[in-house]
Amino acid sequence: MLIIRNLHAEAEGKKILQGIDLEVKPGEVHAIMGPNGSGKSTLAQVVAGHDTYDITTGEVLYEGKDLLELSPEERAWEGIFMAFQYPVEIPGVRNTYFLKSALNAIRKARGESELDAMDFLDLAKDKMRLLNMEESLMERAVNEGFSGGEKKRNEILQMAVLDPKLAILDETDSGLDIDALKIVANGVNALRGPNRAIVVVTHYQRLLNYIVPDFVHVLVGGRIVKSGGRELALELEKQGYAGIEKAAAESRL
Amino acid sequence: MNGAEYPSVLKEIIMNEIDRYLISYENFQKTRSEKEPSWIRRIRKDAIERFAHLGFPGPRQEDWRFTRVKPITRTSFERVDGLRSNGLSSGEIARRTFNDAGCHRLAFVDGHYCAELSSQVGSNSGLVIESLADALQRRAALVENHLARYARFEEQAFIALNTAFISDGAFVYVPEDATVVEPIHLVFASSGLPSSTPAIGSATSNLHVDKAGPDAPSTNGNAPRTHPRILIIGEKGSRATIIESYIGLKQDAYFTNPVTEIILGENADVSHYKLQRESDAAYHVAALQANIEKDARFSSASISIGGALVRNDVNVILDGEGVSCALDGLYLGDNRQHVDNHTFIKHAKPNCESFELYKGILDGRSSGVFNGRIYVDPGAQKTDAKQTNNCLLLSDDARINTSPQLEIFADDVKCTHGATVGQLDEAAIFYLRSRGIEENDARHMLIYAFANEVLDRIHLAPVRDRFATDLFEWLSK
Ligand SMILES: Nc1ncnc2c1ncn2[C@@H]1O[C@H](COP(=O)(O)OP(=O)(O)O)[C@@H](O)[C@H]1O
Ligand SMILES: [Mg+2]
Repeated sequence: MLIIRNLHAEAEGKKILQGIDLEVKPGEVHAIMGPNGSGKSTLAQVVAGHDTYDITTGEVLYEGKDLLELSPEERAWEGIFMAFQYPVEIPGVRNTYFLKSALNAIRKARGESELDAMDFLDLAKDKMRLLNMEESLMERAVNEGFSGGEKKRNEILQMAVLDPKLAILDETDSGLDIDALKIVANGVNALRGPNRAIVVVTHYQRLLNYIVPDFVHVLVGGRIVKSGGRELALELEKQGYAGIEKAAAESRL
Repeated sequence: MNGAEYPSVLKEIIMNEIDRYLISYENFQKTRSEKEPSWIRRIRKDAIERFAHLGFPGPRQEDWRFTRVKPITRTSFERVDGLRSNGLSSGEIARRTFNDAGCHRLAFVDGHYCAELSSQVGSNSGLVIESLADALQRRAALVENHLARYARFEEQAFIALNTAFISDGAFVYVPEDATVVEPIHLVFASSGLPSSTPAIGSATSNLHVDKAGPDAPSTNGNAPRTHPRILIIGEKGSRATIIESYIGLKQDAYFTNPVTEIILGENADVSHYKLQRESDAAYHVAALQANIEKDARFSSASISIGGALVRNDVNVILDGEGVSCALDGLYLGDNRQHVDNHTFIKHAKPNCESFELYKGILDGRSSGVFNGRIYVDPGAQKTDAKQTNNCLLLSDDARINTSPQLEIFADDVKCTHGATVGQLDEAAIFYLRSRGIEENDARHMLIYAFANEVLDRIHLAPVRDRFATDLFEWLSK
């Protein structure tokens, strides 16, 4: 579904990603872990199409197509969704209006009929119940004045409504208490299926108790220095990143 | 350049610019009926003398630093005598302004009252909605008590110019404790026809109708100018909603120079909207003066879309305790448009509140000016004044000059002001796009959201809807 080969990316002259290789197949859940500043968010943003990052080398294929050729909205139409580490506040745009516009833009691009206000609300309310979200949040401006937890839930709500094929969740667990974490994990697990793939970016392995990954990758200094199964996350928790970073540095010598 | 020492060549040009209006005034006076009351003649005369003395404002005047009136002064605009046929229909007015079904309407074409396009709904005893020309005849004493007593023609050249040429416009009188349920729509249309186009003889109820012939010898007709005059009197406890619309029917240049005076008695509650949709080549220099008495509520919303060069002065005097005043504004600029909003709120008495929110959206090479002055008199304790001005610049070449001016002479007051100038938030655009919303739609959504804060404060749904449509069209151009 997603193939990343030797991806190098930089911003403002700073080299951030330095040769990422990653393959994600339908039905799989991958976790990307790594210390702060290692390039996890950059990787997520590059896949979503943020244009502040220059791709200097490498390629990204999504369902066989050159993803880097597509605009962010085209990527969304193709079924890519990225939950932001820092969701953006948009004063003056109501959450319902935003989400309905997004859903209908995607449906339209796919040649599907647009949902009317009633059908949309039914759908949104359904998903909100699943995420234990206050309905009043829908009438507020997008993310404006939302607590950290509300913002993260709002990301997952968008994911649930937009129903992507490939979801990348960037630190969706940060700032959530354990109950909220379980709810969000339930929302994500509901999306799991043979045709979908999920990439969970996280700093802590805690989330992985609830969203159990098939693969775990460790990103350090813009490279994936180690990949493995579920057990790698537990190992990391015990050792911390320091051990891995050291091993990575030694292996490079 | 310093001071009055213009080179003599320039001086001559400036003289001519003023002379043109002085000659026009002489011709205009000659056409007026002998039966006109002497006080109105005297007001005009005082005003033209003031205008001759003041001349057109130049960049050395603080209030005109960023707005050059040269494009107006160097053009030979001419008054239009009488009503000309123009093909304007009632439906066309609604199409160009807003859906005003159910409103009282007074329509003016090139400054002249047009009975066919006007209509009144229902009847309110004592309520008067009529042309100023009619009011000058029918209730001269009432008009005399107020006309030109508030708008300061002594100091402002463009107010003086309007006052010197007072002949027609709108007169609204809402009696004590009366509530006018239906909004009152005052429409000022400019036909764009050159001043030499002959008037149609029949279609006017204006008894002062000027004798045929242009007011100055002209070649094949000059660009027209109008000086609409509006007088609104809301007695104690009265309630009304009034909308002024300005529209241009052709894309040619013309000059609109309206002056509005609003006088509200104790506990009156009046909303005033101004919808400026002049044609792209038009010049529009307007002043609104409102005097508000004890416990009255006044709200003004000024929407400015059209015009090549636009200046709106809104001056409000809170002249009794417990007044509540809201001034809102929304202006759009594109190409080389220039839009200047000057507001002045004078807190003359204690315990008044004023709330002001102006927002501008400028694209292309357009420029904007916002000057918000708030004056708090030494006696005006417990004043609560809040002013906000935000401007969104959509292109690198668009410019805005904003200056709040707080002059506070009382010590127990709450006065705040804030101004922001910015571009669209690129992070928000990316966020929207990453959810499947096309870039253009994402930009429009954010621009609309920016304007929405002001739109939300417009309680007249058809006017709000009209602007929403206008903004949408403006964005899709
Ligand atoms: N737009 C940018 N411009 C400059 N530097 C950036 C930009 N985005 C990220 N970086 C830098 O790249 C490195 C990786 O950042 P990021 O991808 O956010 O890491 P992570 O998500 O793993 O904490 C950091 O040093 C960060 O400062
Ligand atoms: Mg990050």
